[in-house]
Amino acid sequence: MTTSTISPKIIENFDLYAPKLVSKEEFFSPGHRACQGCAEALAIRLMCKALGRDTVITNATGCMEVISSLYPTTAWNLPWIHVAFPNAASVGSGVEAGLKALRRKGRIPDKRVKSVAIGGDGGTMDIGFQALSGAMERGHDLLYVCFDNEAYMNTGIQRSSGTPFLAATTTAPAGKVIPGNQVWKKNVMEIMVAHNLPYVATASPAYPIDFMNKVKKAREVNGPAYVHCLVTCPTGWRSPSDTAIQLGRLAWETGVFPIYEVEDGKYRYTLPVPEKRRPVEDYMKGQGRFRHVTPDQIKVIQERVDVEWEALRLKVENSQSRTEIRERLKK
Amino acid sequence: MGKRIGMEVAVAASEAAALCRFDMAAVYPITPQSHIAEHLSDIVNDGRVDASFMTVESEHSALSAVIGASAAGARVITATSSQGLMYMNEIMPIASGMRLPIVMLVANRAVSSPINIWNDHSDIMPMRDTGWVTFFSDNGQEAVDMVIQAYKVAERRDVMLPVNVMMDGFQLTHMVEPLIMPDQEEVDRFLPPLVPYATLHPDKPVSMGTLGMPDIFTESQKSKDVALINSISVIREVWKEWEELFGRKYEPVQTYLTEDADVALVTMGSMGETAEVAVDELRKEGIKAGLIKIKLWRPFPFEDLKNAVKGIRVLAVTDRAVSFGGPGGPVCSEIRSALYDEPSRPVIVNYIIGLGGRDVQVADFMTMVKKAAAGKLSEPYEYYGVRG
Repeated sequence: MTTSTISPKIIENFDLYAPKLVSKEEFFSPGHRACQGCAEALAIRLMCKALGRDTVITNATGCMEVISSLYPTTAWNLPWIHVAFPNAASVGSGVEAGLKALRRKGRIPDKRVKSVAIGGDGGTMDIGFQALSGAMERGHDLLYVCFDNEAYMNTGIQRSSGTPFLAATTTAPAGKVIPGNQVWKKNVMEIMVAHNLPYVATASPAYPIDFMNKVKKAREVNGPAYVHCLVTCPTGWRSPSDTAIQLGRLAWETGVFPIYEVEDGKYRYTLPVPEKRRPVEDYMKGQGRFRHVTPDQIKVIQERVDVEWEALRLKVENSQSRTEIRERLKK
Repeated sequence: MGKRIGMEVAVAASEAAALCRFDMAAVYPITPQSHIAEHLSDIVNDGRVDASFMTVESEHSALSAVIGASAAGARVITATSSQGLMYMNEIMPIASGMRLPIVMLVANRAVSSPINIWNDHSDIMPMRDTGWVTFFSDNGQEAVDMVIQAYKVAERRDVMLPVNVMMDGFQLTHMVEPLIMPDQEEVDRFLPPLVPYATLHPDKPVSMGTLGMPDIFTESQKSKDVALINSISVIREVWKEWEELFGRKYEPVQTYLTEDADVALVTMGSMGETAEVAVDELRKEGIKAGLIKIKLWRPFPFEDLKNAVKGIRVLAVTDRAVSFGGPGGPVCSEIRSALYDEPSRPVIVNYIIGLGGRDVQVADFMTMVKKAAAGKLSEPYEYYGVRG
């Protein structure tokens, strides 16, 4: 057997072996009050393992703050702060600015502590959007992770700008006249890319090693980074609690939620790209929020996904990193 | 010993913050606070204070960012005005609830609508119940002194609350005033380095800003209330120490010629200076006028007020804000309520004055006193000088 035949096999089985390399230390403890099958709580646990001890977490108001911090208990074995709904990015950037000054002045130990802000789709893409843009623009050494479960789940499944087209929510119900959410999901990734961030990525806890690698990569960036993590919410998606991972995988396999990264402006897929994407129906049929969607409407969604998938593919194929462009211009 | 200089008050207040060696500042520009924002950035960019300086995208983020830095253990500062303060409103009770020793300078300005950039107190009054210690300065010297005092009060382990320092927009912030700027050595002696109670650091992880259920929420609110009420004794102590070190006396309620006064004015902020001249003029005319200046709005100095009004027949309370819908001025409501249980109390009349930068002159205060001497106005509260 030659090396060339062995390596693809090793890469194929990477997911089987890699979990053994994952830290056994738990920074997000069991015993919190998340719903059964909550992919967000799982993602946070994985994120914390990837971040490691030298981290400060700023948590926007939302499910994760509620389920993890019921006084006098806490699920957090990392320094953690919650202030309000719209300002995780501002508080997180203040934490970074404070730590930086104190470290420089010798008032705290001289080591790098990463400030990480987290929020849901509402806290990131809607009410916290201005704060997010400001924090990213200012260039803090701040990682922002959005845990996107595609609606205001904490307040009871109201639509947000992260809610997919036609999904039924409590403020965009599948009514007799209007069938659910009437607009397409906001592409916050592209807006983050437009901030010229060193590192931007999408991820899913359904691909835990990929997600953790991205968190690690983002952690190492000495500057702003953004990770957008799609997390299944069985309660809000009206899906069985044992399908959180399955739905996460289908989101990628159907192309509904492409998994990629943009490093220094260069787009790249981070998972093996399916040779043939599965139809979006495969992703939608397991979820009660799409129960009312008609075959004709599914066609509309399929067409949109096809176009967006192609648009992304072109970026992956053609984009160059700023470093590459700089080198090219020098010649 | 600090030296006597002439300096714009916004600049002087920023210089006072620099003397406190803040570690982090976050500001968003708004008239008439902008000179503070600008001067703080001058101080940091010239390397006179080693601090992180954040020009954030909103006041909401300014207060949020200083909360983050304060929770990390930094001495912080922010400043705002008017709509900016209103925008911070959501975060203000969180800062006090989390017991963070933040200092904020407020260049008081009217609140829209109509939009108006000039001075009154309608920005701070809606913030009354957010749990912050609130100082009102009368002049540039007081603004400078109060900024330094604010850190000492905020950071005392038996207080641990945010403090905001009021300075009237334009009427104070943009005036060049003669004042004594303390020197660094004096301030270092007065203000020890911040020793935070708990900080966000991985060497000792803590959770801050957790969820309080009904079984604990009332207790959390009472503890904040008790802390704020008890802070008055620390404020007195700090002001006493200030007087000993710097020779300038501060009291929660400052009186001027009230001992034998028949009618006394009540003011907060820079108009106290004008009212003082009016009292002198009235005395020349043989009218026994006096003046009560409130320097500490929260915690409210009930005992000081009760002592100050002893023997006074009529109290003319001036308000630079309105509690719409009948109560009149918020200061007057507070004073009426404070004196209600007293066996003998003055007759109280209420003037709404100086809204949105409307000038109030010595003669106006004299008219107010003379009118108030009758013990009754034609209305429950009077918009002094209003047309129509």
